[in-house]
Amino acid sequence: MQHTERVVITGLGVCAPNGVGLTNFEAALRAGKSGLAHLPELADLQFRCQVGGVPPIPESLLTKKLTALEQKRLTAHGVLYGLLAALEAWENAGLALPAGDAPPDWDTGTIFGSGLSGVQTLREAIYKTDQRKVKRLGGAVVEQTMPSGISALLSGRLALGNWVSSNASACSTGTEAIIMAAEHIRRGQAQRMLAGGGDADGPHVWGGFDAMRVLNTGHNDSPTAASRPLAADSAGFVPGSGAGALLLESLSSAQKRGAPILGEVLGGAVNSGGQRGNGSMTAPHSEGVQRCIQAAIASAGITPHQIGLIAGHLTSTMGDVREVHNWAEALNRRGKNFPRINALKSMTGHCLSAAGAIETVGAVVQMANNFIHPSLNAAHLHPQIAELIDDQCVPRDLIPEGPSVIAKSSFGFGDVNACLILKKWNP
Amino acid sequence: MTRNEIKNRLEEIIRPYVSKPEKLAEMTEQSDLLKDLEINSAHLVDIILDMEESFDIEIDDKAAEQMLTVGQALDVTEDLLAKK
Repeated sequence: MQHTERVVITGLGVCAPNGVGLTNFEAALRAGKSGLAHLPELADLQFRCQVGGVPPIPESLLTKKLTALEQKRLTAHGVLYGLLAALEAWENAGLALPAGDAPPDWDTGTIFGSGLSGVQTLREAIYKTDQRKVKRLGGAVVEQTMPSGISALLSGRLALGNWVSSNASACSTGTEAIIMAAEHIRRGQAQRMLAGGGDADGPHVWGGFDAMRVLNTGHNDSPTAASRPLAADSAGFVPGSGAGALLLESLSSAQKRGAPILGEVLGGAVNSGGQRGNGSMTAPHSEGVQRCIQAAIASAGITPHQIGLIAGHLTSTMGDVREVHNWAEALNRRGKNFPRINALKSMTGHCLSAAGAIETVGAVVQMANNFIHPSLNAAHLHPQIAELIDDQCVPRDLIPEGPSVIAKSSFGFGDVNACLILKKWNP
Repeated sequence: MTRNEIKNRLEEIIRPYVSKPEKLAEMTEQSDLLKDLEINSAHLVDIILDMEESFDIEIDDKAAEQMLTVGQALDVTEDLLAKK
């Protein structure tokens, strides 16, 4: 198949722990505002890590954006976050909400990934089923607990008549969704695709990670200091939640509509390290990551030296050291020659299946508005990172100058990798 | 509870399931739940659960199948309330 269409970003939407809606989110990125808090529910349940990131959704937003039926029975938090982010991206792109009797839009689809987006709904359903009350489950359990819950809801809300699906690849889900959707447009098979990822908050999503001892347990009384990507004393990630959404569009469609263009998706790649070598279920094989980054760069038709900012995966674990090493190897750039690198997870925690989408929205916000956000809690770089890159590569304060090319990476359980190359739009 | 009181409560129960408000304004006892009020058939199970909870009754499958119109839903509810 010939790849011909250029793919641009014309809309963004976000529900992040440190900002719901683009205006709040951009302000939070500029100010370096953390969205992490001590959650009493986690303390009650005897979690070792009692810090988490939950998007602060105002009641007024629910009344404004949700139908009466959704307000009554949408109990799946991840589906809710996905819906709100997607609707914002749609409106941000200047698209109108279709009337109930409007025909399907055959040129527009969605790939909206998820992890445990429906866990709250599933929990209630499991209780009722086990209490022999299966009759009382009602009609909303399946649509909110299936992995395609978000995309299924969106197809009806937005009359989407093209590809409607949901991917799942753990913590690389959101970035992978954007790559899949962009390729679909590039092949000329859709004009517009809503791409993103959403995941739920709470103990039933995060418990398994707490049990694995991969969360930070040392900052329960100083939650905004808990997520410490790149730092010498990072000690586990902080779980987050939310959703990010991007309206991707063929350049020709965007120009025909006169839509404001926020950036271009130059290319991307996904792969896996096969859990061989230093790779495992939970850690990426270094060569796999390097190949993924290099394949993304090749598909974008750029050189490694054009990359001005790495929007890292950087979870605040020992994986950060390996990630920076892999970037240095893949780009063959080290010391002062290494690009700037920042970690949105320092403000949001790790939003799991939503992470790649929220962080890509963050990358586009920085690129389109000419700034680089500070990376929090990284005053002292991990010594093995400091050996590889110059200290100044990690911004501790806002830099009022935007990068023209950003590389965004995400890695997930199963040794899966995704890397996306974004470029500032210069008309 | 009078039939009219039941009807008013039923109207509030089905309100969120009716996407076109004008359909609810035109509602009579003869209104067909699916054809006239344009309720999604997949939502009927939820309306029945809401009715069971609101009226503290139990609507079995056979009774549920008889509820095609607003009037029939009122009949079923009245019957079950009388048996309480």
